[in-house]
Amino acid sequence: MIAAIFEYQFLQRALLACLLASIVCGIIGIVIIEKKLVMMCGGIAHASYGGVGLGFWLGFEPILGAFAFSLLAALGIGYLSRRGSGKSEVLSGLLWSLGMALGIVFISLMPGYPPNLGTYLFGNVLSVTGPELTLTLCLTVVVLLVFIIFYNYWKAYLFDEEFAAVVGVKCALLEYLLLILVAMAVVVLIRVVGIILILALLLAPAATAGLLSSDLKNRMIISVLLGWLYCFLGLWISYEADIASGASIVMVSVLFYLLYAAVCALRNKTGNRNSPAQDGSAG
Amino acid sequence: MSISPPIRANSVDGAWPDMSDTAVHIENLSVYYGHTKALSDVCLDVAAGEYLGIIGPNGGGKTTLLKAMLGLVAYCGRVEIFGGPPQKNRPQIGYVPQFSAVDRQFPITVFEVVLSGRLDPGLKPFYRYSKKDKQIAEELLGRVGLADVAGRRLSELSGGQFQKTLIARALAREPKLLLLDEPTASVDAVSRQQIFDLLAELNRNMTIILVTHDLFAISSQIRRLACLSGRLVYHGEPELTDSIVQNLYGCPVDLIAHGVPHRVLREHGEESVNDDCGHI
Repeated sequence: MIAAIFEYQFLQRALLACLLASIVCGIIGIVIIEKKLVMMCGGIAHASYGGVGLGFWLGFEPILGAFAFSLLAALGIGYLSRRGSGKSEVLSGLLWSLGMALGIVFISLMPGYPPNLGTYLFGNVLSVTGPELTLTLCLTVVVLLVFIIFYNYWKAYLFDEEFAAVVGVKCALLEYLLLILVAMAVVVLIRVVGIILILALLLAPAATAGLLSSDLKNRMIISVLLGWLYCFLGLWISYEADIASGASIVMVSVLFYLLYAAVCALRNKTGNRNSPAQDGSAG
Repeated sequence: MSISPPIRANSVDGAWPDMSDTAVHIENLSVYYGHTKALSDVCLDVAAGEYLGIIGPNGGGKTTLLKAMLGLVAYCGRVEIFGGPPQKNRPQIGYVPQFSAVDRQFPITVFEVVLSGRLDPGLKPFYRYSKKDKQIAEELLGRVGLADVAGRRLSELSGGQFQKTLIARALAREPKLLLLDEPTASVDAVSRQQIFDLLAELNRNMTIILVTHDLFAISSQIRRLACLSGRLVYHGEPELTDSIVQNLYGCPVDLIAHGVPHRVLREHGEESVNDDCGHI
């Protein structure tokens, strides 16, 4: 595949899209794990399917529809749960299904043969177009900048939102900003792994990084590097074995995490057996 | 309902510069969570320099009262902190939340937690903590006795060290009023004593409001006591009568503390003279 990378533009684009996706995953993945927003993130991702359907039906770029729908879902969940009129988990679950349902309805309203939806549901990074790559690049830069610029605020907010509020930080603003960033991340990832597989790519590198480092910044950096490695390996396997790229990337990510988690579990077990005194001294 | 008179300067010693100032003024405070009433018609005044203990059963609204003082919950009634609304005067308040409210698994060091108390709330782009901030954080860690564990992760701390970290973070605000929510829960005896010694020292130039179940604190540390059970059952000197305890917990509770300087519960047969709240 290495030789082919220099030869084919679609491979270069695919690798660039993967790199951008891993940057977004590395940051947002860590955040949603620490802030326990996994369910909400899944809801936002799946709600975007409604936008894809609307795009196909009305004839505009489906990825823009996906962005609009995930943005609406994110802000809706944020607003309603903040107002105390609904639990964010319940809202996420409902919007998760509603988005999928809307997508199905919009597609069925389309005249003629149904389009190939596999690209959006399961991703196809090898068919990323120039404009899509530009959009991905812009969104990635925004996510990265917002995180770097307000890093110390994010850290305080993620650690203890209540205390940050007491200090006087506008936590509502940070929360909405975070939800918008999650919606952006969803759009970046749709073309790489697809709506249905997004959660795995968001969680797997971040979770592995969580086992490797106990410093927030290092976790994010490791997570980005791991995401890039998973994407590259997954893409290579899909290229060589001629299987779907999204599925292959997800399988590599999750297997790596499970393998490493198992190694850690085994190591802890044997470690504890050898030095039982260590546990007692902590109290 | 229960309107308690503002508390005037304690006659113990005249050390406080602004003894006549009111740190906290609460009038007819009610807080609802959905349709559930957590607090109703609480009236409470806390003078500057006071050391107030709040006791009460679980679900009695102790934490809610602290959150109302911080402006973290929506409420009806009036809450004033140093004469202004809580949201505006938050910079003057240090807050030590309940032990369980903070995620101890978060990847952060003790030093970074204390430093986060120095955060500038203005959402400044590329904000970095200044040298002075770091110096203050280091000093505070020394003061609470955690200088040697500054670089450790939160998950590696004992209960006592964790509580001291949270206290140091609150002090990093350089507050005039310190609110603590059960700071000695899951803390060993030595750390507990250290925390109370520190609070007594801080009380020389800081108003302290302490939610606690600690009988030692109630009997020998605090100067005033408030008992909460959905409403303010009692407010006054830290000495409880049977009827107050009955009102507070709904049943007679053994509140006698052994080996402490004075009794929490009066002798039987003695009449209540602390009728600060009209309805007792």
